[in-house]
Amino acid sequence: MSRLLDLFSIVAIAAGAFFYLAGTVGLLRFPDAYSRLHALTKADNLGLVLVVIGLLPQVDGVLMALKLLLVWLLVMLSSAAVAQLIARSVRRKDTRP
Amino acid sequence: MTTVASGAVVLLLLWLALWTVVARDAFLAVAGFVVYGLLLALVWVRLAGIDVALTEAAIGGGLTGALLLGAVGRLRGTESAAATEIAGVGTRAVAALLAVGVTAALVLGVLMLPEPVPTLAPLVVPNLPATGVANPITGVLLAFRALDTLLEAIVLVIALIGVWSFAPDRAWGGRPGPHYQADPDGILAYLARLLPPLGIVIGLYLFWAGADHPGGKFQAATILAAMWMLVQMAGLADSPRTDHRGLRAGIVIGPLAFIAVGVLGLWTAGAFLAYPEGWAKPLIVVIEVALLPTLTLVLALLMNGPPSRGGTR
Repeated sequence: MSRLLDLFSIVAIAAGAFFYLAGTVGLLRFPDAYSRLHALTKADNLGLVLVVIGLLPQVDGVLMALKLLLVWLLVMLSSAAVAQLIARSVRRKDTRP
Repeated sequence: MTTVASGAVVLLLLWLALWTVVARDAFLAVAGFVVYGLLLALVWVRLAGIDVALTEAAIGGGLTGALLLGAVGRLRGTESAAATEIAGVGTRAVAALLAVGVTAALVLGVLMLPEPVPTLAPLVVPNLPATGVANPITGVLLAFRALDTLLEAIVLVIALIGVWSFAPDRAWGGRPGPHYQADPDGILAYLARLLPPLGIVIGLYLFWAGADHPGGKFQAATILAAMWMLVQMAGLADSPRTDHRGLRAGIVIGPLAFIAVGVLGLWTAGAFLAYPEGWAKPLIVVIEVALLPTLTLVLALLMNGPPSRGGTR
């Protein structure tokens, strides 16, 4: 059973790392601010949730698992809000005559 | 495997430090500095210094980064003029020599440390139970080296007085910073309504956990101050009037309570800042509780800057 859980963790965290890599490639390669933000927020959020899911079987205690989930929710909230703010400030600069 | 990862982080850290120094654009340099602080926090986690990592992430990367961003905003008008200035060869040579010299001295100092490294840790560990706190960092900061912590708190208050003294006469006693106007239905206002309740709980948890686990008043105060700044920047509340008596009382209560406990020690334990037998834990809690509002207010008001509008004169 614990072997199986370890395998699950490895697969999930590796998949998470892949999405982080994909998000970073997007950040470096995409042509403008909007698509770079798109790559960062979409791919990195998926990467983070996969890493958190992968770590969940490894923690001892419900409290620790809840803390991990809280970290995930807080990062989601802040990255979504910051992405909006950056996109808005870019748009203000773009539409300025 | 972990050695490779640590080596990669160290190389990245060195490269980032160089990049931050070389960057011509002030905003980019500050961005580099913030990332540098976060990476440095990772290094402290790797070295099992969780308390230091928390402080580095909260104060080194977060708060200092935000203060520097504020400075960049103020300097924007002069930046293009500063960018065209190029120092003469002599100045640059002296600067390079000085930088290399300081680095070389630091490297020599680290390499020439005696083996084993002198440490007071073996003395602290058996005496820690007498303080009643289980986190050795908190024990050292508030029992064995309490004088340092007291002076630190006083320095912060003096720094705030220094910032306030930049206020023009007409603004003295007024409110610092601009009155932010943000879309009340916008994402920033949404975040400023949703996050502070959570942030206050997390800040107080860090504060209370500091007795036995990594955490403490400094990290807690940074989070609380950040929540206050978020509310201000979203335009939900104005910055406080700096002549408000309650505000000023909150700023000085920490050092005053600390000094009062210290003087109390003269009678009860025979030395300034000594705790009488069995009373260490409650007195430490009193000092910590008194320092929390001081640190929160000072950190937030340092971010706010000098009073700029609505003075009494």
